[in-house]
Amino acid sequence: MNILEHYSRDEIIAMVRKVLLIRILEEEIVKNYGKPGEDQHMRCPVHLSIGQEAAAVAACTHLTNDDRIFTTHRCHAHYLAKGGDVRRMVFELHGKLGGCLDGRGGSMHLMDDSVGVVASVPIVSSSIPLAVGSALADKLDCNKNVTCAFFGDASMEEGVFHESANFAAVKQLPVVFVCENNLFSVYTHLSDRQPNRDLGKLGEAHGLNVIHLDGNNVFEAAAGFKDIVHSARTNNAPALVVMDTYRWREHCGVNFDDHLEYRDITEVERWMERDPLKIASSMVIEANILTQDEIDAMATEILTDVSKHFVDAIDAPLPGPEMAQLYMYA
Amino acid sequence: MSSTTTNNERIMTTAQAINEALQVMGARDENVLLFAEGVDDPSAVYGTTKGMVPTYGSDRVIEMPVAENGLCGVAIGAAMRGKRPVISFHRVEFALLAMEQIINNAAKMHYSSNGQHKSPIVIRLIIGRGWGQGPQHSQSLESMFACIPGLRVIMPVFPHDTKGMLIAAIEDDNPVLIIEHRWCHYIKGHVDEGYFTENITSPKLISEGDQATIVATSLSTIEAMKATKALANVGIKTDLFDLRALNPLNLDAVVESFTKTGRLLTVDTGHKTHGIGGEIVAQVMERAGSVMKCQPSRIALPDHPVPSSRGYIPGLYPDAKKVVHEVCQMVNAGPEVIKKAMDALSSNIGKLPVDVPDPTFTGPF
Repeated sequence: MNILEHYSRDEIIAMVRKVLLIRILEEEIVKNYGKPGEDQHMRCPVHLSIGQEAAAVAACTHLTNDDRIFTTHRCHAHYLAKGGDVRRMVFELHGKLGGCLDGRGGSMHLMDDSVGVVASVPIVSSSIPLAVGSALADKLDCNKNVTCAFFGDASMEEGVFHESANFAAVKQLPVVFVCENNLFSVYTHLSDRQPNRDLGKLGEAHGLNVIHLDGNNVFEAAAGFKDIVHSARTNNAPALVVMDTYRWREHCGVNFDDHLEYRDITEVERWMERDPLKIASSMVIEANILTQDEIDAMATEILTDVSKHFVDAIDAPLPGPEMAQLYMYA
Repeated sequence: MSSTTTNNERIMTTAQAINEALQVMGARDENVLLFAEGVDDPSAVYGTTKGMVPTYGSDRVIEMPVAENGLCGVAIGAAMRGKRPVISFHRVEFALLAMEQIINNAAKMHYSSNGQHKSPIVIRLIIGRGWGQGPQHSQSLESMFACIPGLRVIMPVFPHDTKGMLIAAIEDDNPVLIIEHRWCHYIKGHVDEGYFTENITSPKLISEGDQATIVATSLSTIEAMKATKALANVGIKTDLFDLRALNPLNLDAVVESFTKTGRLLTVDTGHKTHGIGGEIVAQVMERAGSVMKCQPSRIALPDHPVPSSRGYIPGLYPDAKKVVHEVCQMVNAGPEVIKKAMDALSSNIGKLPVDVPDPTFTGPF
């Protein structure tokens, strides 16, 4: 069976649209970020999701608005995939009032509670136990909601990942641990940090349901999530999903950094050939669901909307120093 | 509950009062959760969590895997989703493993979410002392927690206060660290029945006088009480505050007292350097230093760990003798007055073992 047969036409178009939105928004950040010495308006570190769009969209495909996600410093794709407000994200990157946190968090702290993006925490693995706590609350409330914890391969080196997985398993909580293995922690390859092993085995050791997915193929990965999310929702079965994917640009910032030669250029090229956007596009074109022209039109429409927010953000008011002490105590 | 009731008095220990607070809140709000290692074991966190599993079930009274940071994070995540978890650590030191979650998430979730999230978690930490606890079971690290904006840090002493403050902490929408001194668990006093709350934001005046202002925390309040009684016997009357709330630190009443007395002494349970006493002195001097009649003074633990053997202990901890001596110096009392005040301290002092709580001064208060 063709993998696309898992989905309705509308679902397929929605998935392509999300991948496109993430790519276009991230590319707009690249275009508008500027260089030191120039007039820069996004004055916070950015960790772009270019190359990892499909993994985020796939993970969120089977989540409802009431399901929750928790993520990391590299949160743009997750925020958008879960339905976070685009304008409020762009304003947040600009440090402006009207940002999702009125500029209090910046790129690494995106949240939109109205669609279940509960928290992005830029300390490796720090949001994983929060996700498990959210799942505990859901289980106690018998509401059949699911929580996803997004993180990268380096998170599985942190003790708190294992503490969280252990508790989720012993209490059988409706949480899905989503590891996007992009092979690098900043400049350091996985093989320099961990022994040669299947990351999924770590989840199996904790008694989690484990599945390994192609993080660059949104349709295949989303199909893999279907049963995992369903088991979490209906049977409180916690799971670990490991998705292989790749970060195209530098760890932090908008540039390519391959001149630093910390990674094999043929590896980079190989992964860029497996572009999540190209894979999704060619699959829907081949299946006669969309034409290239229709995809281009969709991209133009998204870009028009997104670029408007970038323009508006520049003129939006900054928060004032008198607001810095707000929200210390509830 | 093995409390004794006479003349409408309900005398019990602070440990029993903690248990009552947990029982009351377990019944009152089904969102209250409890996490502890050995939550229902024969020890039940020194009796404080006794009977909670049978009453409220293991879904809400959760046996905590030995994973302090992870479970602290789980509790915070549940708190962000409407639960009111209480997580207990048998010693302050175990919570050091959870500092990442406490400082990055509990303390900042309300702020960093622009007021959208709350983390109403209560973290119980217990300071150990005596019977050879040693360097990693006897630390009083309250100033380390109290320096983090966003956390409430409270140190109750007396049973009634502790029950009401723990209930208030559970109902508070902020993360509250309640630092209990293991020796305070043995203190006895009357505790009201059922639900009530006590102030978790300001100090409590324990005794009154115009000669000096003494601010004490945790078990040091008990030592300061012994001292103020002895001092009163020789006509030296002092304001004594049980600080109770270390963060946010509200010293309005202390400053007002100091404007009357012009003399300030702090007695805490932690190390002297960077301790809470230093912060109190600094704030009082900033606000009212011009009325100073003598230099302020701090009594605290010396700046080294507490070793295990009782051979090291005499004179190490802040005690009533040090308080009497210091206040007498501050008011320029003569040698005869000092001797009388020292004699007025319990005649047992000096003869008791140094590594167990003072059985002559555990209340009822």
